[in-house]
Amino acid sequence: MEGLSDIYGKYGAIEAKLLPLGDSAITVQLGETICRQTHDRVRQLAEHLERSRFAGMIEHVPAFLSVTVYFDPFEALAGLGDPADLSGSADPMALVAGWLADNLAKLEETAQEKPRLTEIPVCYGGELGPDLPEVAAVHGLSEQEVIEIHASAEYLVYMLGFAPGFAYLGGLPKSIATPRKQTPRLSIPAGTVGIAGDQTGVYPIATPGGWQLIGKTPEPLFLPDATPPTLLRAGDIVRFRPISREEFDRREAERR
Amino acid sequence: MSMIILKPGLLTTVQDLGRYGVQQFGVIVGGAMDAFALRIANLLVGNDEGAAGLEITMVGPEIYFAEKTLISICGGDLSPVLNGREVPLWKTVVAPEGSLLQFGPVRLGCRAYLAVAGGIDAPVRMNSRSTYLRAGLGGWEGRALRKGDRLPAGEPARASQVLAELLADQAQADGVAISRWSVAPELLPSYTAQPEVRTIAGQELALFDEDSADRFFGETYRVKTESDRMGYRLAGDSLRLREKRELVSSAVTFGTVQVPPDGQPIVLMADRQTTGGYPKIAQVASVDWPLLAQTNLGGAVQFRMISLSEAQRLYLIRENGIRTLRGGLERMQTSTNGRV
Repeated sequence: MEGLSDIYGKYGAIEAKLLPLGDSAITVQLGETICRQTHDRVRQLAEHLERSRFAGMIEHVPAFLSVTVYFDPFEALAGLGDPADLSGSADPMALVAGWLADNLAKLEETAQEKPRLTEIPVCYGGELGPDLPEVAAVHGLSEQEVIEIHASAEYLVYMLGFAPGFAYLGGLPKSIATPRKQTPRLSIPAGTVGIAGDQTGVYPIATPGGWQLIGKTPEPLFLPDATPPTLLRAGDIVRFRPISREEFDRREAERR
Repeated sequence: MSMIILKPGLLTTVQDLGRYGVQQFGVIVGGAMDAFALRIANLLVGNDEGAAGLEITMVGPEIYFAEKTLISICGGDLSPVLNGREVPLWKTVVAPEGSLLQFGPVRLGCRAYLAVAGGIDAPVRMNSRSTYLRAGLGGWEGRALRKGDRLPAGEPARASQVLAELLADQAQADGVAISRWSVAPELLPSYTAQPEVRTIAGQELALFDEDSADRFFGETYRVKTESDRMGYRLAGDSLRLREKRELVSSAVTFGTVQVPPDGQPIVLMADRQTTGGYPKIAQVASVDWPLLAQTNLGGAVQFRMISLSEAQRLYLIRENGIRTLRGGLERMQTSTNGRV
């Protein structure tokens, strides 16, 4: 059985694996485990791809360990190679991999942008966070203690995915990490803040899900008419700020 | 120019080629399931390939054209009928003032694409006119079409007007005109009820036990009825990893075949999430995405392994064919320009 001929190598100071994702995308894998260093590499490459593109490049998607670059092979061939070459030897993937290898080697020279700090107001508990008592009970804490722990940490946005504007956050204190619900809910309202295992996050649109729901933010995370269309971006630092039910209601009313 | 929806059909949505540039924010690509068919339909009415058209699923709508409109229907054969007369697919068609377009039984595939000259003038949201059903945005009010919707078309390009003029002398007594020109048969995907889909190795193929890999590329898989625009859930031989592994989420694309713990593969389609964490056993070659998009619920699919270089070669041939068609239509338009 034929496998993929992935390219593994060292490009300047960076070690990376270039894996084809089909015939019109390529995944640049920059590490093996989720950590700050790999994340910084991912940010560097993603920021580089915002500034410099190759012919036929469509877009890029940063993830925990990798950046995937989508391209139109026909345009890439025209821009980076010989467009008249339709023989079996035409290899747009190799041309794009070559461009990426050259650009990976240049990455060290580029300065990294300073992360943005975003504060998300959250009304914890009550009907907006129906699982707060359960989370508190699991850890033998009071509801107030869970709120204080959740709101005291700084979280890093590793990537966006799953739903528009959904941020995979790193940094949930272990003391409140809680397994998912046994039975997922059919619909969780947009803005709900939850915990699942060692992750915490905010649902940007109504979705079914099995997270433990501890609160809700009045702040929209998905902003279809804004550029970019999300409150959070990969690389951001996030803090949650507890607000009262009155403030939550007032902010929601202002939005209408 | 506008069209009025008299009956909506099962699932009729406004789609273009998808929402690009915002996947990094978790926004799905969406767009036409069979993008090839929509591109061709657009070219045949003188539009840009990426203009918005209608994606018509299984049970077609009834559409009234108040004014004379240049249209094309491509993709799945849902027995389109214009003013009581059957219209062939992959042609340019003049629908005269007061025309009624209807659809009948499914003869082949499951999704037909209707392009109108000027494209459907739905608002652009995040770089695209595609309907994003789950978020309720884009397309026509973020939803499938309903009875009574009145969809405006954009201003037809000069190319559309020339094509309409070329068809003027072919009009029948009732005003319907059907082009003699069509699409070279060798350019069309080999649509069939049970396609053999050319597929290359997935990023995690090596994580599967040898038996599973052999079975995936040998057995027939049935498309389960709970499949939709997001993904095709397949039923067949269960696929197993060599050892249990937790993977870290990374980006996916159209035609990515991922295998959740129950061992039953899912092929990701137009409305897929941007990233996924299940191991990817295979990746359908771009050239055969239309075959998959036209496979019905309950239908069967076989995956045949090809090399990456073969997939690229097939893609380039297909794209070159589309450019040849576009060039041919453009030449026809300029040679007429001289005479008209």
